[in-house]
Amino acid sequence: MRSPLLLVENLKKYFEIKRGLFGKKLYLKAVDGVNLTLARGEAVAIVGESGCGKTTLGKTILRLYEPTDGRIIFDGRDITHLGWKDLKWYRRETGLVQQDPFGALPPFMIVKRILEEPLIIHGIKSEKEREERVHKALERVKLTPVEDFINKYPHMLSGGQQQRLVIARATILEPKLIVADEPVSMLDASVRIEILRLLQDLQQKYNLSIIYITHDLSTTKYFSEKIHIMYAAHIVEKAETREILNNPLHPYTKALLNVIPDPDPANRLVIRNVPAGEPPNLISPPAGCRFNPRCPNFIEGICNLKEPPMIEVNKGHYVKCWLYG
Amino acid sequence: MGGEHLNVKDLTMYYRTMRGEVKAVDNISFSLSKGETVAIIGESGCGKSSLAKSIIRLLPRNVSVYKGIILFDGINLMDLDEEEFTRKIRWNKITYVPQAALNSLNPVIKVGEQMIEPLLLTRKMSKKETLEKAAKTLRTVGISESFINCYPFELSGGMRQRVIIAMALLTNPELMILDEPTSSLDILTQASIMNLLKSIKREMDISMVFITHDISLSSEIADKIAVMYAGQIVEFNIAEKFYSDPMHPYSQKLMESVPTLRTDKDLVFIPGSPPSLLNPPKGCRFADRCPFTFEKCSGDPPTINLNGDFYVKCWLYEKE
Repeated sequence: MRSPLLLVENLKKYFEIKRGLFGKKLYLKAVDGVNLTLARGEAVAIVGESGCGKTTLGKTILRLYEPTDGRIIFDGRDITHLGWKDLKWYRRETGLVQQDPFGALPPFMIVKRILEEPLIIHGIKSEKEREERVHKALERVKLTPVEDFINKYPHMLSGGQQQRLVIARATILEPKLIVADEPVSMLDASVRIEILRLLQDLQQKYNLSIIYITHDLSTTKYFSEKIHIMYAAHIVEKAETREILNNPLHPYTKALLNVIPDPDPANRLVIRNVPAGEPPNLISPPAGCRFNPRCPNFIEGICNLKEPPMIEVNKGHYVKCWLYG
Repeated sequence: MGGEHLNVKDLTMYYRTMRGEVKAVDNISFSLSKGETVAIIGESGCGKSSLAKSIIRLLPRNVSVYKGIILFDGINLMDLDEEEFTRKIRWNKITYVPQAALNSLNPVIKVGEQMIEPLLLTRKMSKKETLEKAAKTLRTVGISESFINCYPFELSGGMRQRVIIAMALLTNPELMILDEPTSSLDILTQASIMNLLKSIKREMDISMVFITHDISLSSEIADKIAVMYAGQIVEFNIAEKFYSDPMHPYSQKLMESVPTLRTDKDLVFIPGSPPSLLNPPKGCRFADRCPFTFEKCSGDPPTINLNGDFYVKCWLYEKE
């Protein structure tokens, strides 16, 4: 068994949106009771559509947001409500890879300066040491020869190179955990694999744990060991990657898998089954199971009344659905 | 038969920038029969959107070269002057669904009002008639006609995309050009839009030029595939052939880089990046990333005809 690095218990993140008349508060419940464990050196995926709360979950785990409720234990330490000063330690242990590499890089800084920034903030005063670490970071992400890149501005790099630079920055302090939020969705097909390979490489070589946030189930197969399916602020199914892909249980997971095309011209002749409707808004989600208004297996009197529990159907395969309870 | 509906021959469109001339569309040929769909596949910056805009003549202001032949229903569109083109073709027989269509609706005009604009401009119809037509078209794309009085922000992303498609259907076009019509949509929404396009294709016999970067998605609709690289079409093939046996090394590499859900394979990526369209290299533009490069590749690759109008542009297939 690998030792656990991260333990997330019943994590909630609500955003207050406005006060109604007579001071009634409304909340957007972006993350609503999520449990998650991550071992050292493990890569897990969180898969969901836009607006399901997956990015908020990632950012709350990194403590870029203050959790509303629940607990986050990292490396044996409760970091849920860590103060600003102590968070600096946590920042060093974690890193974020954003979706849009160009937007994530300051356009007026050269590569060297971009990579030095975290080193300066974390008190590495020796210029020589900083330089060494910048070189090492660039070599790690294969932006070599280093001299060719170190004095360039972000706009002089291709999309794939920019994302490598973002990864270099996220890993320069040698963190234990990386949250990669749609790291390849803005990149071209041929570059995507290159970036995912690089992340996988770092994971294996440096025993890095990675939370891979994506809407694209087909890439998870090549990258993560476990998949968590997220719908309307809840995790609705989790299992090993192969198990989910071969034996999906939740009707939402089934719907997602059913509509993803593989390159095959026979697809032209198929009209795909798509559940009607749209994901609920997270201010007043439906009672019971949140997927119930769209679910093809809806059971009146059960699904629309009580929230289903997380049920272990096969070993390690959990699903939040009344069909299995 | 054989590509009579749309026949693009040697279409070229360059535009001038401060840094030089961008060869966005460079000598492109392909053809399409009535009711067929061709997918133009390529990575970002390969010129596929420029190709779409060149067909419907939405050119950048700094255009420097625009030539070639676009035969549509036997008429060369390049011969039409601007006024004739606007009246007869654009938003009439040929319609265009732009990329980032979600932001192409005017936020301060009601859905119905902006839908009928092309009809008011090109047809002698009263406003009431056009609104009725708009309502009917909304129903065909699966939106309740009551939305005609809504503003775009009241609609979800998938519904806005349906409105745009309804707009493109309103004039009973013969050809639709769709530029990444699902690129900013969620996976389930994307699938329902593809369902809609399939039924439009089947029931209305409309030809489509479908532009995408996604090889899997294009298999959902395309009868023919044109692969674009650095401003040129390097392979034009029938879909069945293309997906089972892609010919151009770039097509092969692209196919190998696509993750699949239902089959197991090792993914590979294409090292390097595409050349700039400012100064594309001489000879084959893919040569410096191609695993099969040999001496001849430094010369312009020949167009090797496959059966029919199909072709591949590559030295490997040259017969002695």
